[in-house]
Amino acid sequence: MREALLKVFRGEKDNGEYVTYKVPIEEGMVVLDAIHYIQAMYDPNLAVRWNCKAAKCGSCSAEVNGRPSLMCKSRMDKFVDGEEITVQPIKSFPHVKDLVSDVSWNYRANEKIPAFTPAPDADWTFYQEDIDRVQEFRKCIECFLCQDVCHVIRDHDRKDFLGPRFMVRSAGLDMHPLDTVERAKFLKEEGGIGLCNITKCCTEVCPESIHITDNAIIPLKERVVDEFYDPIAKFLKSVFGNKK
Amino acid sequence: MADYEIHEHDVLVIGAGGAGLRAAIEASSMGVSVGLVCKSLLGKAHTVMAEGGVAAALANVDPKDGWETHFQDTMKGGKMLNNWRMAQLHAQEAPERVKELERWGAVFDRTKNGKILQRAFGGHTYKRLCHVGDRTGLEMIRTLQDRGVHQGIKVYMECCVSRLLKDGDKIAGAFGYYREDGRFVLFKAKAIVLATGGVGKSFTVTSNSWEYTGDGHALAYDAGADLIDMEFVQFHPTGMVWPPGVRGILVTEGVRGEGGILRNKDGERFMYKYLPESTKKDFAETDEEAKRWVDAALAGQQTDARRPPELSTRDNVARAIYQEVKAGRGSPHGGVFLDISYQDPERVKKKLPSMYHQFKDLADVDITAGPMEVGPTMHYIMGGVRVDAETAQTRVPGLFAAGECSGGMHGANRLGGNSLSDLIVFGKRAGAGAAEYAKKLEGKPTVSDDAVKAAQEEMEAPLSRPDGKNPYDIAKQLNQIMSTHVGIYREEKELEAGIAKLEELKEQVKHVGVKGNRAYNPGWHLCRDLRNMIICSEAIARSALSRKESRGAHSRLDYENTDDEVWGHVNSAISRDGDKMKLELTPKPEMPAELKALFQKKEPVNA
Ligand SMILES: Cc1cc2nc3c(=O)[nH]c(=O)nc-3n(C[C@H](O)[C@H](O)[C@H](O)COP(=O)(O)OP(=O)(O)OC[C@H]3O[C@@H](n4cnc5c(N)ncnc54)[C@H](O)[C@@H]3O)c2cc1C
Ligand code: SF4
Ligand code: SF4
Ligand code: FES
Repeated sequence: MREALLKVFRGEKDNGEYVTYKVPIEEGMVVLDAIHYIQAMYDPNLAVRWNCKAAKCGSCSAEVNGRPSLMCKSRMDKFVDGEEITVQPIKSFPHVKDLVSDVSWNYRANEKIPAFTPAPDADWTFYQEDIDRVQEFRKCIECFLCQDVCHVIRDHDRKDFLGPRFMVRSAGLDMHPLDTVERAKFLKEEGGIGLCNITKCCTEVCPESIHITDNAIIPLKERVVDEFYDPIAKFLKSVFGNKK
Repeated sequence: MADYEIHEHDVLVIGAGGAGLRAAIEASSMGVSVGLVCKSLLGKAHTVMAEGGVAAALANVDPKDGWETHFQDTMKGGKMLNNWRMAQLHAQEAPERVKELERWGAVFDRTKNGKILQRAFGGHTYKRLCHVGDRTGLEMIRTLQDRGVHQGIKVYMECCVSRLLKDGDKIAGAFGYYREDGRFVLFKAKAIVLATGGVGKSFTVTSNSWEYTGDGHALAYDAGADLIDMEFVQFHPTGMVWPPGVRGILVTEGVRGEGGILRNKDGERFMYKYLPESTKKDFAETDEEAKRWVDAALAGQQTDARRPPELSTRDNVARAIYQEVKAGRGSPHGGVFLDISYQDPERVKKKLPSMYHQFKDLADVDITAGPMEVGPTMHYIMGGVRVDAETAQTRVPGLFAAGECSGGMHGANRLGGNSLSDLIVFGKRAGAGAAEYAKKLEGKPTVSDDAVKAAQEEMEAPLSRPDGKNPYDIAKQLNQIMSTHVGIYREEKELEAGIAKLEELKEQVKHVGVKGNRAYNPGWHLCRDLRNMIICSEAIARSALSRKESRGAHSRLDYENTDDEVWGHVNSAISRDGDKMKLELTPKPEMPAELKALFQKKEPVNA
């Protein structure tokens, strides 16, 4: 039977080491299956998050061979025989234990975003073409892999930047046909949107293939520019009303 | 000083799926202080995985739809064993609850005239499921989550409740621990809403996650509530069967709703053979008629053609697949074929995007080019904590339950899409019931130190037995017992043998142990889950043994007929009697004449 060698980061609060386990490979197996095998056969203690095992809940984020991935979507058969597969927790957030990081910061960031505020007189008729782009953003499963790779958060530890996930969420609210809140000021001042320099690392890792930079961040940046740096656009808006 | 944290709320909601979130929002909007506890991170509960849609008779696509038909469909799907009042409230209130989600920011797919789009699902007469592609649950949970966050509900994430505490006969609080570091926590509360979801982890092949260990069922049982209808366990007909790593993962009924065809290895469209006499007339008789229905559905037009046979209820389809496989007409990996590849590939990708990716990424199958292999997977439990329809209160004062962990709403078999609507209808009612109760309660219930100490010791015990039995081994044995003895088809001897094995397992669990400390320790956690899983499993097996007929999801090989005379009038109720499990048959509530009349009228015509 084929075997894989899994090098798994073990330890608490950054203190730890890689431990190598041998795991027999079944057809169609994913990295999360291998982790469960280790739990059941070698060490029930191994900490890992997962729920759906179908790339729907965004719980099982980790770095597999250095690449931020969902463990339940990382097929074992894409690794060559005898290759060691390293699995480590996502790094941008404080380490808890083994493969689990403390992602609570993200929940606090989310609370700051001004809530959906529909027009009071909305009759709730709107068309598919009006919401196609909003629906793209709402596919987000909150795996926080984009937050993990964004260098503003990861390397510079700028937690005054909401991060790509929350740019996506803001864009979803902002582009909803019936929303009335203007989030430009918020995005500029509290969201730190200016810190993003459009490297697109976030877009590359998104398991939901959301075009984070092109479809969410760039349009939001344009809106901020319109609002704060373009006097003509601002004037026209004051005359003709909000463009939404 | 106590070595646990203490928090106090008027209402404590246990579980942050659709039901728990909706309950918390309601209670909090009534001005009481609300705490919300969940085992996983917020937003990861089962509700996030729901795909196909939420059922509500909005009549946006089929104008003839209305609550009466939804009510009839639900009662018929549940083989009339449902609590009629719950089914009625559900059908009446679901449309308003869905529209409310839209007002809170949910973005459902649209019809051509800009309304919420609705699709067909098994057992629903009309196109009734509001959806967002095949990620409806994600849309719902995110909407509720964000609504809740802005309402100031205090959320305790990755926190697990292990015991409910009472003051006399009344609820007084709950004890649990944080997964992160294992620290203990005591919640003092006037009222508690259980919204912990289902029990699937007791079975080998299931669509359910690690969280589905029947916690709410067991907590309620221990606190003195009844569990009803526990024999009714839904096997979803279409789970993935290959490769082994993904076995059991759900293939949404949306595939059949969009026209997916089931065939055996000989290419035969076998569902025609398995339609029950009573509903045969509602379904297409030929491929040609079924195709006309699908074409019309895709084009958004009305038709007089009847629905394809694949849209029969889940219990029928699951049994049909099981029988085809048993007769040697299955697919190479022990399932059957489900085919949607005859349709335009772009449309399939648009309407079923996550199914497309799930098969592509996990099984190397392109569903726009060829069929999928599917087979039954344990999916949902109809049985649960018995509640009052109006307030969702259990028979324990101050204890409420909603969502999958409550019972009564779905009777002997749940229709697809009726769970998501159940969550919002009864989540709201439970939240209101609990807040009302907490406001009226005079004085503050107190928790006894002894009870807290006992709860703490119970949690610590497995860590004091580092060389004890491996919890994973016991879980595996439990899975085997349930799958072998209490599966899709049941029989007296098998059930008796299963119960005897469960009794043995109960002894073994007392010696379960785990190494390490309390910090994020899945093995330690499983030690605690096992107890709840075994309680639920025993309740399922005992109720299944007692019910000597076949009805809905409960199929007895030794009693193949549905026996309305005797069994059509009773719910099985499980309760605790000291250390023993007690089973009673309690009379089903009588439906009022005006609702009965709905079933005597001419059948609703098909859209
Ligand atoms: C793959 C899949 C697809 C589905 N598709 C559909 C569909 O299309 N339409 C439909 O109507 N239904 C569908 N269902 C069924 C439906 O999703 C579930 O029945 C429903 O989401 C259950 O919601 P709930 O609020 O009762 O529980 P859940 O959403 O499961 O939430 C349970 C909560 O309880 C918490 N919890 C559990 N135990 C404890 C404890 N001891 N302490 C603290 N917290 C605890 C969990 O952490 C979680 O937050 C689907 C189910 C699955 C698995
Ligand atoms: S594009 Fe912006 S948000 Fe995305 S990774 Fe780069 S800096 Fe971060
Ligand atoms: S935007 Fe994509 S990568 Fe970021 S959290 Fe959402 S799903 Fe994950
Ligand atoms: S377990 Fe849900 S995304 Fe991997």
